[in-house]
Amino acid sequence: MINVQKIREDFPILKRMVNGKPLVYFDNAATSQTPQIVIDAIVDYYSNYNANIHRGVHALSQEATDAYEQARKKIQKHFNAKHPYEIIFTSGTTHSINIVATGFTNLLQKDDEIIVSALEHHSNIVPWQMLCERTGAVLKVIPMTEEGELVMDVYDQLLSSKTKLVFVNHISNALGTINPIEEMIKKAHTVGAAVLIDAAQSGPHIKPDVQALDVDFYVASAHKLCGPTGVGMLYGKEEWLNKLPPYQGGGEMIEEVTFEKTTYAGLPHKFEAGTPNICGGIAFGVAIDYMNSIGFDDIAVYENELLEYGTKRLLEIEGLRIYGTSKHKTSVISFNLEGVHPYDVGTIVDKLGIAVRTGHHCAQPIMDFYQIPGTIRASFSFYNTKEEIDALVEAVKKAKMMLS
Amino acid sequence: MTIQEIQEEIVDEFSMFDDWMQRYEYMIELGKSLPIIEEKYKTDDNIIKGCQSKVWVHAEMNDEKIEFTADSDAIITKGIIAILIRAFSGQHPKDIIDANTDFVDEIGLKEHLSPTRANGLVSMIKQLKMYAIAYQTQLN
Repeated sequence: MINVQKIREDFPILKRMVNGKPLVYFDNAATSQTPQIVIDAIVDYYSNYNANIHRGVHALSQEATDAYEQARKKIQKHFNAKHPYEIIFTSGTTHSINIVATGFTNLLQKDDEIIVSALEHHSNIVPWQMLCERTGAVLKVIPMTEEGELVMDVYDQLLSSKTKLVFVNHISNALGTINPIEEMIKKAHTVGAAVLIDAAQSGPHIKPDVQALDVDFYVASAHKLCGPTGVGMLYGKEEWLNKLPPYQGGGEMIEEVTFEKTTYAGLPHKFEAGTPNICGGIAFGVAIDYMNSIGFDDIAVYENELLEYGTKRLLEIEGLRIYGTSKHKTSVISFNLEGVHPYDVGTIVDKLGIAVRTGHHCAQPIMDFYQIPGTIRASFSFYNTKEEIDALVEAVKKAKMMLS
Repeated sequence: MTIQEIQEEIVDEFSMFDDWMQRYEYMIELGKSLPIIEEKYKTDDNIIKGCQSKVWVHAEMNDEKIEFTADSDAIITKGIIAILIRAFSGQHPKDIIDANTDFVDEIGLKEHLSPTRANGLVSMIKQLKMYAIAYQTQLN
């Protein structure tokens, strides 16, 4: 059971006021807030053992290296990867996707096919379009339904011996739909295609088992999991990571360098050129420990309660429409007021101390599908409360009154 | 009236309100008085980039004075562009180019001036001044 009042004590930012009102933070799908324990880890690193890793013999360097590699093991354990070196530290989900998309340049041929879903974030569309431009491969799109679910029959038809890669997010950032990735991975493997799952949105809600999923690549960002910004991870099966070439050249990623020839270091260092975000990696590990101490099962139960309550309360407002009505969704409510621009609603709601996202959520194809300029998106986390949802409902009512 | 005088008048009007709600309500009201752009000018070329909502602006010069018309699909944005146009319309291009726009801050719209703000108030001011620069070039 979640003790939300106790949990809120862990997050100093939740005490602050915005525009003279207590902050109600409902933009968790964009970034989560940071608990004190993670902030302390960042301060501790810079106060006590800041050093470059993997190269110094001195004590500080060894302490920092140990803490960083410890964090890698925590992440490995959390995602249940087989080996720690299958976890690559990156600057975030976008960086992780680009490592894979760039790495496939020499593994694809003209007319090979790549499948993406209509529910993707731009960061999981553009790198693949660029890959197609480089290789002559063709991008195929799994369409979506009015409820915001993928049309699986079409996915079945799109899969063929030409399919080399399938990319889909675990959860849609704009609508909250949980995609049936287990089934999608299995089907892709029957035609020999590799699968990358974008877990940017699922990270804070679902504890995955990459081995059970048998997924080839799984990518996520720390900052949506109560960690700091600028750090994330790429999980790849060992055989795939060995097949992909390095993404960047530099220090740390080499075994031997002469001007005639350089040999690359093994995993994970091959993909970690240069001095990494050491502090960020360590804090990522602490954030994962924190989330696990709360417990993902309890988080799911509580957030679902918030979703049901929020959906019911918001639908009490006449003329309010929710986009994304799948039965399988996380605590994201994307909505509009009839005849009112989402930007207007967002502006008024912000004045009342409530942080929601407005706009296309970097998912323009979804907005085009519904023929709307954007939505207002409220995304709940385990530290939010029903009282905060009540405040949102009152704010939206006020906006409606002012704007229509 | 000069741009400066119009701006002072707008600041005066807004100073009557004690809270943000009244200011926003007044701004929404001002949006209704916006000289609306003719349908034929509502083209993609006339959309101001950098706004979360759509804003179209058109400018014409008669007797060395620029007249602006505009529209937006968002009500608050419409109010903001109406305020800017009220200050700039009917003025000489050079005066528009030289105009200081600090009054936006004084009427409590400071938050809209931040470059991170998706409504693009900064882009709107820039676009109006760009029109003025273009017409000023014709006069030279």
